[in-house]
Amino acid sequence: MNSNSGYNGLFDPMLAPGRTLDFAQQGLSNKTVGNPFSEKAKMSVRNLNVYYDNKQAIHDVSLDIKRNEVMAMIGPSGCGKSTFLRCLNRMNDTLDNCRVEGEVTLDEHNIYDRKQDVVPLRARVGIVFQKPNPFPKSIYENVAYGPKVHGLVSRRAQLDEIVEDSLRKASLWDEVKDRLFSPGTGLSGGQQQRLCIARTIAVSPEVILMDEPCSALDPIATARIEELMAELSQNFTIAIVTHSMQQAARVSNRTAYFHMGRLIEVNDTRRVFTNPEHELTEAYITGRFG
Amino acid sequence: MQYIGYKGNELTYMETPTLIIITLLCATGAYILGRNRASNIAYRAGKKNVLHSLPYYYGVLSALWCVLPCLFIVLAWNLLDDYVVHTAIVKLLPGSVQALPDSEIELMVNTVINNALYPNALIGSNPPDYILQAGQDYLRWQQLSQLSLTVVVLISLGLAFSLGWLWIKPKVHARQQVERVFQWFLLFCASIAVVTTIGIVLSVLFESLRFFQSVNLFDFIFGTHWSPQTALRIDQVGASGAFGAVPLFLGTLLISFIAMLVAVPAGLMSAIYLSEYASPRFRATVKPILEILAGIPSVVYGFFAALTVAPFIRDVGDLLGLDVSSESALAAGLVMGVMIIPYVSSLSDDVIKAVPQSLRDGSLGLGATQSETIKLVVIPAALPGIVSGILLAASRAIGETMIVVMAAGLAAHLTVNPLESVTTITVQIVTLLVGDQEFDSPKTLSAFALGLMLFIVTLILNYVALYVVRHYREEYE
Repeated sequence: MNSNSGYNGLFDPMLAPGRTLDFAQQGLSNKTVGNPFSEKAKMSVRNLNVYYDNKQAIHDVSLDIKRNEVMAMIGPSGCGKSTFLRCLNRMNDTLDNCRVEGEVTLDEHNIYDRKQDVVPLRARVGIVFQKPNPFPKSIYENVAYGPKVHGLVSRRAQLDEIVEDSLRKASLWDEVKDRLFSPGTGLSGGQQQRLCIARTIAVSPEVILMDEPCSALDPIATARIEELMAELSQNFTIAIVTHSMQQAARVSNRTAYFHMGRLIEVNDTRRVFTNPEHELTEAYITGRFG
Repeated sequence: MQYIGYKGNELTYMETPTLIIITLLCATGAYILGRNRASNIAYRAGKKNVLHSLPYYYGVLSALWCVLPCLFIVLAWNLLDDYVVHTAIVKLLPGSVQALPDSEIELMVNTVINNALYPNALIGSNPPDYILQAGQDYLRWQQLSQLSLTVVVLISLGLAFSLGWLWIKPKVHARQQVERVFQWFLLFCASIAVVTTIGIVLSVLFESLRFFQSVNLFDFIFGTHWSPQTALRIDQVGASGAFGAVPLFLGTLLISFIAMLVAVPAGLMSAIYLSEYASPRFRATVKPILEILAGIPSVVYGFFAALTVAPFIRDVGDLLGLDVSSESALAAGLVMGVMIIPYVSSLSDDVIKAVPQSLRDGSLGLGATQSETIKLVVIPAALPGIVSGILLAASRAIGETMIVVMAAGLAAHLTVNPLESVTTITVQIVTLLVGDQEFDSPKTLSAFALGLMLFIVTLILNYVALYVVRHYREEYE
């Protein structure tokens, strides 16, 4: 999104009264309100700028993600929250036209360092995508994939154990234990997404990134995944991008509000949804636009 | 029946093309009138939805009313006409002629027709009176037939036109009727290929059966000596013919195997490079160039193989102290392999590209490297398409003739040594059928038997490959 163009079709002018429109266009500062920083940071991002070709998608974002917390990122479409998330395990490297500036550290080590290899990084920072994308292999093979490529196991029994353990953690085991060798693509959408989570857990990452993991699921499947996130946060650090403010309110400890490539506000989730500091955050969570 | 160049007595009838053009013109008229009539009905009723279908469909329906019956009449007439006239001519000929065998009567009928159509074409020949007489009758019938066809078609056009006009009523389900007709038409088009295939298979099969009447099936399939010379005269010496097809099959397999050995790795690897690693600009430049390879006529590859590759291989062989014949299976196979690279690479490239990016992301997001992702996720997902590309290439290799003729020779040696000259099934079929041949000798008929065997082998190959793919495919979405 162009930094100077201001309003460019994000909000429907018919729905948004003049005032909202005006102030959504106001010159946005790169300063974040709230408390984006923390002592117990698992990952910290400093002065992150991301460009697609010449368009800047992220403007000077700094943020800490605490150990074992669930950090939710919300904001209108195109605000850069998914781009931000994908920077955290360098998934943006797969896009030819994407350029990243700034620093992202994992346990105080810069992952954009020249010497950093993305393979171990992605094993430590796993990602679950918006649309369930199980491999066209059996359920077992899907979960065993990561441990196999990383050479984590030497014996079949160990692999079996990891697969069962991961499926249990993803609360999928009881549903699939009798058909581990049938194709993963044959599961329902919600089960597929939990399979993808199990697949991510199987390489025992430290951080799990979730990019709108429930947007393709029905409410019941969504509820299961949300329960799961609460359990997972005991062992993992989780960053989740979501379009549903209710979901952010239900699952997260802290919430970050993004707007047009800028990080507007970061606070405890309860604070953001009851007493937001910034008027843009307030406008968004009260449904005046977005 | 229309004979090219026939400018006989004044033509008082319309010829078939004219009739078809008139029918099409009528159909166009019927379409316009029908559509207008339907529009008018709707307009006069003044309400919406008074017509069942859009006016356009009523127009098309009227046009179909015109075209279909007339087309059917013209086709059926022309088919029957031939038969009826021939039977009638035979009846006119004197009894002595009718007593002759069928093939000679056929000859006589042709003489009659030729004499009638080109009275002065055969200078010096002096046909008997009954032939001339029959010729005159033939011409008269021919005219009568065309005249009545014209009349029948015109009448049915008029009838169909008015019926189609009256048929246009608001309640008629014109859309369904039109769509049903088009469905049948599509079915007809689809059946052309099927019917042709069945026809070809049957004709090859029957000729092969004739061949197997004179040569034992087992001698053919398991015989190891191929020398298809048959005696032209009964007293000719040493030319009884040997029809053991094993050397041909072995030659075909050897050359195809060498070709696949070149084409599959090269094609697959280039497809992986182009689709997964290459920059878009490189891909946009290289892919068309690679596809040009498929556009080069195989005869060009043939002289490349014969003039460049074969001598090169022989020279290298000499250097290494190997005995290489100047026409070798290796030369033909290598060049054929290069020729079919684009079949493998282009198809594989397309199917690899079609694997969803989300699968790659999923694998990369787990920390797999790009090569692991390709090996473990992308290729398995694209496997069915890759195998069908390889199959297409294999059938090209088995069916290829020109390169083998030019680079591998004609001698049917029973060998698996790629440095020797071999020959293939297709090459033998060509040599058997080129030139003047008598169609009742086993030499000629063996070509059909070879064709049948080739067909069966490719069929089995395809079936096995399909079976394998169905069992091991990893289906996405």
